Amino acid sequence: MLEVRDLEVAFGQIAPLCGVSFALEKGETLGIVGESGSGKSLTAMSVMGLLPLSGGRITAGSIIFDGQELTKLPEAAYRKLRGGRLGLITQNPMTSLDPLQKIGPQVDAVARLHLGITGQQARARTIEILGTLRIPEPALICDRYPHQMSGGMKQRIVIAGALAADPDLLVADEPTTALDVTVQAQIIRLLDDLVKERALSLVLITHDMSVVAQTCDRVVVMYAGRAIEQGPVEAIFAEPQHPYTQALIGCIPKGLSEDEHLVGIPGTVPTVMNYPKGCPFHPRCIRAEDICTKTSPSLLPRVDGAVACHFPGAAP
Amino acid sequence: MTRITDTIARALSGFRSTPMSRAFGSWLGKIAGGFLALLVLTAIFAPWITPFDYAAQDLTNGNAPPGWPHLLGTDQFGRDVLSRVIYGARTSLSVSATAIAISITVGMTLGAAAGYFGGFFERAVMTVVDLTWSFPDILIALIFVAIIGPGLTSTTFAIAIAYLAQFTRLTRAQIVRLKQETFIEVTINLGAKPYHILLKHLLPNAIAPVIVVGMLAIGDGIVLEATLGFFGLGAQPPTPSWGAMMSSGTAKLFLSPWVIIFPGVVVAVTVIAVNLFGDELIRALDIRDRIRDS
Repeated sequence: MLEVRDLEVAFGQIAPLCGVSFALEKGETLGIVGESGSGKSLTAMSVMGLLPLSGGRITAGSIIFDGQELTKLPEAAYRKLRGGRLGLITQNPMTSLDPLQKIGPQVDAVARLHLGITGQQARARTIEILGTLRIPEPALICDRYPHQMSGGMKQRIVIAGALAADPDLLVADEPTTALDVTVQAQIIRLLDDLVKERALSLVLITHDMSVVAQTCDRVVVMYAGRAIEQGPVEAIFAEPQHPYTQALIGCIPKGLSEDEHLVGIPGTVPTVMNYPKGCPFHPRCIRAEDICTKTSPSLLPRVDGAVACHFPGAAP
Repeated sequence: MTRITDTIARALSGFRSTPMSRAFGSWLGKIAGGFLALLVLTAIFAPWITPFDYAAQDLTNGNAPPGWPHLLGTDQFGRDVLSRVIYGARTSLSVSATAIAISITVGMTLGAAAGYFGGFFERAVMTVVDLTWSFPDILIALIFVAIIGPGLTSTTFAIAIAYLAQFTRLTRAQIVRLKQETFIEVTINLGAKPYHILLKHLLPNAIAPVIVVGMLAIGDGIVLEATLGFFGLGAQPPTPSWGAMMSSGTAKLFLSPWVIIFPGVVVAVTVIAVNLFGDELIRALDIRDRIRDS
């Protein structure tokens, strides 16, 4: 369905993303995890072809969607894909809807544009979709303005917009970051159900490992613009090979226990301007040795996946 | 008075709380808005409420002081000042409102296109616009009238051009800011075409400050129209205009001060009312910061 190979993105001289590869089958959910600034959102923007908006460009690699090369697609053709076969769910539902338009018309517009159906049919579809997203009284909601809705409701409406034209691939860029915890769980469950009901492919971008564990089939761990480890969720969680993946998993709270303390990862993610030489993780890594400061590790195969580390292996 | 303005506000708003009804909410808004409503009605129904024909001369009764039957006196040709002030409202309001309407239409189009498309087009438009803004309004208007000759049409276009810069800049600033909003990115993500984004999402969100600045500009337009009229470049005799009336009053300023005072007072009060009501609108729309950022 979607295959990203050796993707490299540059803004002028700065290259915040290099060598990102992953693949996704129909009906699968792929999680992309990493801290802020690790290139997760950039990856999503690359797939949606939105880099030119912020002045970036793809310098190498390829993105193949359903047999179609996206990196060289002209804008007019891309526009047909966006909202049509590719849906994007953004991070902040509070600002993702036009404050001056009622909910109904905003969602209708997508189906009218991509499916070429008329006003009344589009409205009927909108009401149906809002219903499947478990929004109470969808017909009434259509006449409301965004400011009359709660954050969770707005996110459902954003999802409805992304689903309105029956996409094959949904990219959800931290869909729950701006929501409170109880609503987060509802939205994640909703996305999970949608994938199963509609045989969607979902790219779920998050910094929450527990969300990945619950919903994803495969996972890509990103750090400083690189995919440092990837594979099936069970394998990654059972036997993480990269020290960063191990540290991330160590950050998941495991319940209340007197003698178990949560382990953090010391230090911060390097910014694009000062990526360290060699392995980008070495300043924070417990296993770092001389070679890590000099050469960047290449991807080594692991169980149905890959890991980029000079010293991969189970945690000591 | 209060009841009348409330009724007007409710009629305008269809019985819901709208920026218009909220602007009428304070006592300042009621007085200013009420005066403006009264002025507009007076201008519209001028033929039915003026006591005399505005152009009828009576040379035997020139420079008559205020009294009966000429409530505000007569000018040097014996024409009724009150009737001329009422008809002058027609000239002033229609010229100013038409000019600002043209200015808003052209300015929003230019500003929106400049803000949305950017690049060379934006730089070209903004350079020209900033250049015109560096001159005082009155100078631009005078130059323009000097080129195409005096009269109401040229006055209208002169005022339109004098205020073009502010609407272009305001709209462009709004569009540039709105372009960064997430909902625009979402709209792009849903496959919307540029003109759809511009017309359906950007312009509707940019229009509130433009309306208020347009309202305030109508006040400035009235002053500019009066100024051009005072210089004899606006309405040509016998069409009454406040500026031209004041100009004709200067000749006998001490003999018959009412000829210059009454039109002057009406201009001043109208402009004050426009500004006060504009301020109330800004408050009601809650957009003070957005007007500043142009």
